[in-house]
Formats: sequence, C-alpha cells, structure tokens
Amino acid sequence: MSDMREIEIEVNGRPLRTTVALDETLVDVLRHKLDVFEVKNGCGQGDCGACTVLLDGAAVNSCLTLAVQADGRRVTTVKGLGTPEDPHPLQTAFIEHGAVQCGFCSSGMILSAASLLAQSAGVPSRAEIREAISGNLCRCTGYTKIVDAIEVAARAELADERSA
Amino acid sequence: MSAQGRQYRVIGRGVPRHDARDKVFGRTRYADDFVMPGTLHAKVLRSRYAAARIVSIDTSTAAAMPGVHAVLTARDVPHNETTSKFGQTHSAGGGFEGLYRVLADKKVRYLGEAVALVAAETLAQAEAAARAIDVTYDPQPGVFDPVTALEPGAYRVGEEDSNLVCAYKVRKGDVEAAFAQADVVVEGEYRVPFGDHVYLELESGTAWIDEDGVITIRASTQVIEHFRDVADILGLPHNRVRVIAPMVGGGFGGKEDITVEAYLALLARATGRPVRLTYTREESILAHSKRHPYVMRYRTGATADGRIVAMDVDMVSDAGGYPFLSPWVLLYSVVMATGPYIVPNLRVDARCALTNNTFTSAYRGFGAPQVCFAYESQMDELAEKLGLTPLELRLRNYLHTGDELGTGYALESAVLTDETARHAWQALGEPTAPRSPHEVIGRGIASGMQSYGRLVYLHDSSRAFVGFELDGSVVVRSGVQDIGGGQASSIAQITAEVLGVPMDDITVYFGDTALTPLAGTTTATRMLYMSGNATLKAARAVRRAVAGKAGELLGVDPDRIDLVDRTARVEGDDQKSLPIVDVVRACASDGIPISDLAQFNAPFRDLEESDCVVGQIHPDYTFGTHAAEVAVDTLTGKVTVLKLVASFDVGQSINKLSAQGQLEGGTVTGVGYALLEDVKMDQGRTVTGALDTYLVPTAADLPDVQAVMLESGGGKGPFGAKGIGEPSSTSGAPAVANAIADAIGVRLKQLPFTPERVLTALKERERSAAPVASER
Repeated sequence: MSDMREIEIEVNGRPLRTTVALDETLVDVLRHKLDVFEVKNGCGQGDCGACTVLLDGAAVNSCLTLAVQADGRRVTTVKGLGTPEDPHPLQTAFIEHGAVQCGFCSSGMILSAASLLAQSAGVPSRAEIREAISGNLCRCTGYTKIVDAIEVAARAELADERSA
Repeated sequence: MSAQGRQYRVIGRGVPRHDARDKVFGRTRYADDFVMPGTLHAKVLRSRYAAARIVSIDTSTAAAMPGVHAVLTARDVPHNETTSKFGQTHSAGGGFEGLYRVLADKKVRYLGEAVALVAAETLAQAEAAARAIDVTYDPQPGVFDPVTALEPGAYRVGEEDSNLVCAYKVRKGDVEAAFAQADVVVEGEYRVPFGDHVYLELESGTAWIDEDGVITIRASTQVIEHFRDVADILGLPHNRVRVIAPMVGGGFGGKEDITVEAYLALLARATGRPVRLTYTREESILAHSKRHPYVMRYRTGATADGRIVAMDVDMVSDAGGYPFLSPWVLLYSVVMATGPYIVPNLRVDARCALTNNTFTSAYRGFGAPQVCFAYESQMDELAEKLGLTPLELRLRNYLHTGDELGTGYALESAVLTDETARHAWQALGEPTAPRSPHEVIGRGIASGMQSYGRLVYLHDSSRAFVGFELDGSVVVRSGVQDIGGGQASSIAQITAEVLGVPMDDITVYFGDTALTPLAGTTTATRMLYMSGNATLKAARAVRRAVAGKAGELLGVDPDRIDLVDRTARVEGDDQKSLPIVDVVRACASDGIPISDLAQFNAPFRDLEESDCVVGQIHPDYTFGTHAAEVAVDTLTGKVTVLKLVASFDVGQSINKLSAQGQLEGGTVTGVGYALLEDVKMDQGRTVTGALDTYLVPTAADLPDVQAVMLESGGGKGPFGAKGIGEPSSTSGAPAVANAIADAIGVRLKQLPFTPERVLTALKERERSAAPVASER
C-alpha cells in the first residue's frame, strides 16, 4: 500500500472517483472498486481480450492498462455503447445472428468490433474483421457468427450514416 | 392435439436466445460478478512438487498475519476423503467412483494439488498468508508416463499397490482369423496430448451461510448437484447445502469436476463470513482437469472390395494424480473405438493409469475425439491402399440403424452418416489453388460417432416444472446449468411451442438446488435430451389441462383445441376462440392444476458381471462428418485451414442458431486439437502455463465454418432431437489431419500438427521418397 493516488475516470459518461495503488490495473479497479462488472477478466495478461474497454474511444486491454493511466479519461463499456432501449447496431446484430453463446467474451468482442467500425470508412472485409478481433478469444462460437454479426452491424451503420 | 406430426411454430427456428440480450448489454452476472457485504477473499496453497510426501505443515505464522480469518489443512476438513461423484443419483459400482481428496494429506500426487486454504480480508492478505504457510516436503521420484506407470516396480502414485485405474475390453468374432483373410492391413500408433478447456470464465464462486444456516454456494459449475459432495465433506445433511449456478462462461467438461465449491464451503463455515475465490488463469491451467492423453495402437484389416473385416485396438490413457472421470472416459473410448463403422471382428484392450501429472477428466467429446483421430487416420490409410477415395471407403462401411456396435448393442435411432459425408465433401466446393510454389493444398474428411446422454449405468433422470401464472405468463423451473449452449433458452422454446405463447412470455429459473427441480448435469450432451424431454412432458401436461378447459368452455372436443398466439382456437372453426389467459383463470377457479412437475428417465441398465463391455452403454448416438481443406507451407511447415465443413444429423434443431453455433464452435475445438493445443508437462510440471504458451485458435487463424444441418427427426430427444454439443467437435481434428496428409503425402500420428512436426515429416519424406507434388 505504498503510493496511492486519487483518480477520476469517466465511465460511460459518469465521472467516478476512487483511490488506487500505482500498480493497480484498470480491470481490477473497474470491477472491484467501481462495480463495473460488465468488464470481464479472463487471464490478466492481455492474452484473451475479455477485459477490452474503449479508452477515449480506442480498444485497450484493461488488464494491461494501469488505473492511473485512465485518470481523467473516458472509459466505455458495452453498457455505454448501447442500452436495450437504444442498442448499438453491434449489440442488435450479436443478438439476432447467434453470435453470443456463453457471453463471457461478448463484451470485449463487441468493443473491439466497435473500435474497428469507428476506424473503417466503409464495411470492412471479413478478413479485416477477423484480424480486428484476433485479440479476443472465444471458445464457444468458432467465430463465424461473430464475424457475421460484425459485418451486418457495419452495413447497418453505413446505411444509417447515409440516411442521416 | 400435440405439436408433433405438424409444422412447428417455434421449434427449429433461429429465434434470438433469451440470454443473448442480457449478455450483450453487460447485465449478466457471472460467478465473479457478485459481491456480498463483508466478503472475505480466499487463496489456495498448492503443491510445488508433483510427487512428494508431506512431512509437516506449519500454519502458525500464516494464521497470525493481519486480516487472516482462517487457515485450513486436511486435518480441518471433517471428511477429507470421499468418493468422487458427478451429480449421479445412482451408484453404478464397478470402479466408476474413485477417491476424492479435498486437501493433500501425507502425500501429494500432482503439482498444483491443493494443500491448504486461506481466507482473509483482502486478496493480497490471503496471498501473503498462503505464502507464509510452511510446508516441508520430501520429494519423491514420481512417474510421468502411463505405460511406465503400469510396469512392475513403478513408483506408486497413490496409496494402492497398483497404478492401474481401470481396464476394459471388447471382444467380437474371431479377430486373428479375420486378419488372415484380409487383403489389406494398416497399422499405426497414434498419440494425443493433454488439453486445457480454456473456458474464458475462470473457476469462481462465493459461499455464505444464509439466514437459515444453509451453506449457500454461488459458483461457476456444470454440476450443481455437487451440493451432495460438499455436504458429505462437511458432514452435513444434504439439505443444508445449496448450490446456485448463474450463467456459466463456458465449461467444455472442465467444470464437471468439483472446483471451488468445497473450499468455499469449508472457509465460509470456518469464518462465518461470505468467502469469494476466483482462480487466476495460471492457477486454472495448473489445477483443473485436463483432456486425457492417449497412446493408441490400431490395426485394421479390409477385403479388396473395401469392407472392414477386423480391428485390433490397444490404448492406454493417463489419469494423472486422481481417478476423477478417467474410468468413464476410457469406457467411452472403448465403446466408440471403431467409430461409425461396421467391424465384424473386434478386439479392444484399454487401460488407464495414475501418474504424477495433472489429473485428467471430462473434456468435450469425453474419450471419443482421441479414438476418432486414430480410426479416421486408419480409414484414410485403408482407402489409399485400396485405391478408393476416402469417401467411398467410408460409404462401404458406415453403420446404419439396426447394425451392432462392438458391444452387441444394435443402433435404434436414425443414422444418416452417409448423407452427412456426401454433403460435407460436396460443401468443400472447387479446390483452392496454391498461393505460392511452396504451398500444397489438401482435403480430408472424417466421420464421427458420439453418444448423447450419460452412461445407462447411471440411471439418469431430469426434472422440469412448467406452469402458467394467472396473467397468462409462463414459468419454467429446472435445475439446468446454462454453460453457453442456450440450455435455458431451449427449454423456453420447447414450452413456447407446446403452450402457444411467445418466448418473451416465459421466464426460466435454472441452476439452483434449493429452488429448481434437479435436472442433472450439463455434461455428456445430455441437457437438451434429458431436460428437454422433461420440459416437454410437463408442458404437455399443462397443455392437456388448458385444452380440456378450453374445449369445455367452447363446447368442442378438446382434441380440436389448438394453442397459438396466446389464444385457444378451435381447429376448423375460425369463429370460436378464447384468450389462453381466460382459460388459465377458469382452470385456477375450478381447482384444475395449471402447472406440472415432470420427470424424464433415460434408459436404465445395471453393470453386468462380465470381463467384457457388452450391450447398451449409452442412450443413443449422434453421427456426422467434418471436411477440411488446408494449405501447407512446405518451407515452414505452417498449416492454414482454408475451408471447414461440419455436416451433422441433429435429429431436430430446437433453436437453429444455437444448433449451428454448436456445430461451428465444436469444429473449431477440433481445429485447436489438430494444430495448436498441447499442455506440455515436464516431469509433472506444466510448461505451457499461460495463454501465451498454451495457444488456442483466434479468429484470424480460421476460415468460416460451413454448418450443414440434417434433420432426420430420428433422435431420442424432444421432437426427435439428437444431442450435438460434443459430437460437433469429435471428428474435427481428424478431418484436418487427413487434409494435411493429403496435402503433404505423409501421415503424422501425433497431435497437434505443429509447424515443427509437419516440417520434420516433410524432411523425412524428402529423404526417403519422391518430392512433394506442388499441385493436385
């Protein structure tokens, strides 16, 4: 308990303050101090991607990010991406296309996909989608339906942009 | 009128699963997403040796450390040694149940075996205290190879005189005479590695003592019925322990054994406080069961026209330090040793040995994938020798309904292996052209046979409650564990079909030994078969009551009542109908039950006194075929999977998306087995102890999986469904293996096919024979 620091993180639009040790990871602080349980911890070493969050819009492994690095920044989880009343196209597509089985990877998977879609001008290819989610392990689905869902969501987003 | 015999309204449709919504919006609370006020944190101290005697354990320093509330060793466990159970309600006997030891006592049998438990205010304090426990070990030589372990004079892993866990044999016909008549014989030794399940959700749980003094454990498990084991360990009546399984983040067999439950219960009782325990990934890989490595020797003989006449199989599996499910797994391997083929003359000999490796137990496929790799390699070798295509050889030998397995059991249900194989091969389409001069392309198929439902010796049963509420909504209660296959959603879908209400009107309560009728385990590809049938039975009973009352109210024969869209309609009379809710209220007013608790029993049989495995062993089997196309880089040995097809008879899909999802996911499990996954152990020490060394397939490693789903309607599950969870994986690895052999012209006999192994095989081939063809 050597060096502690008070930090403020904006989680899904809500500023949250907490005191953290300098070596505490973002995933541990989110889950254990801020009750942000939708962020999962599957390995703690950056190998599985279950803990992926958007940090100022970019996908990061929150187990490889120190909590102090998130001080003053925006963290987005699946709860911030969309809600049942106002779902993100990725969330709708994951539900409708059978991309969810046990669901433990879903939160991280959706956020990595969101990061890809935010960076893509058009609809990314299936190979690009596979590359973008290659840091997110899934043991249930075999990935095919996840790629399907991301592709569908990308098309839906593009259609939305065009009609907007 | 029942729903059978007509077009289904909900069954077979790819409706969104009811759990998917909560999962994508981050609302699902898995085992570790749950906090009780005043919770303590637990840590398990694990053995640093694979084989050692425990000379002494001094916990005094640890117990005095700040924040520490309990430090427990074997002597603190009321019943430290029990019989390992896996949710069964009938003791099969015959050596199926071995020793379960909660904490190591006097001797450690594998590295990572639990030695002591700590509970403290913070996780850091618990970890520090665990480190401060002083264990004096006397290291022993150990034994790490199952074949060596069975030799006379081998180091004794346990307390028994022998390391033999079990031995089985099958005898049919006259094997030697048949081999003498065979025109071709192929022979090989095949090896498969340890595997880790790598479910994304780590082992986790919280235990507390509720206001009535009941020890309550909320944990990630495939078997809530370990509550009996926990009660036995604590010396409590079974009704004083409750286990709740929330949504589980993957199981694949690894959460069939007890994991954190007993530790949590012991610590909660010792401290009187809620206690939480979640493994780290390294701890998970070190401490939970592995898939069994096997050494298998196969010899298969066939006539010149491609009929198999005999098979001779010998296999040895590695149980690791404790038996757990090893005897069951080996029995599966023995029964399915010949796969989906007619083998008129058969000899199978199988043994399983204790070693000082990490213990092995259930893993998707449960002994079937190991032998499938061996027999499907043999089939391709036979085809090559006979000048037949792999498909043609298989078509000449597949089992059909009515044909006998090696044990003498005649298949009762639909068998569409021929069709699955033809579809699988066809779905590969046009061959892909090599992308470079040093790339070769190959294709392979592999068919598999896999049981669904548990061993008939276990007298398996499942229960479900289905009932209307007074507003017309529906409640289903069943103690299923939902491990991601849509287990809970599927029973809602069955209920929706029978009661004519939308899925959204149904709430499913699942996975709670105190509040949901016990439904058995989510293992053995049994949940849809068992609990689906129990739900169907209960829903039909409710339907009879509602249709009876509707018929009375509408003045027609109840057989003419159809329940659809929340309405009781009269067939052939559009004018007459009633809202179901009105009928339900009328039933309630008249004292007619609007709910039912039903039990479904699988076929039962007792273990016979015989030195051979004979007769029916499983309720039924699922058949299917995988096909793969691969590219092999002959410079690096790297294998790229270009196409994957899973073609299976699922009987009847309940949820089309979920069934396809099983086919796709299971296939990729097979690809991991073929190319990547290998828990390497060196003298019992896990070398691949994290996910940067134990590699599993990523999205970038794979093509899409084409799922070809056939629906014979001929299964024993609800609406004729067959189980698909494990079968979907069994033949995946050999399909890839056969594709690689087709590409490089050399057959590798040890999984996984790493670039190093492929390259070594290529070099050996170069030295001994003609160069590899650069195109096909």
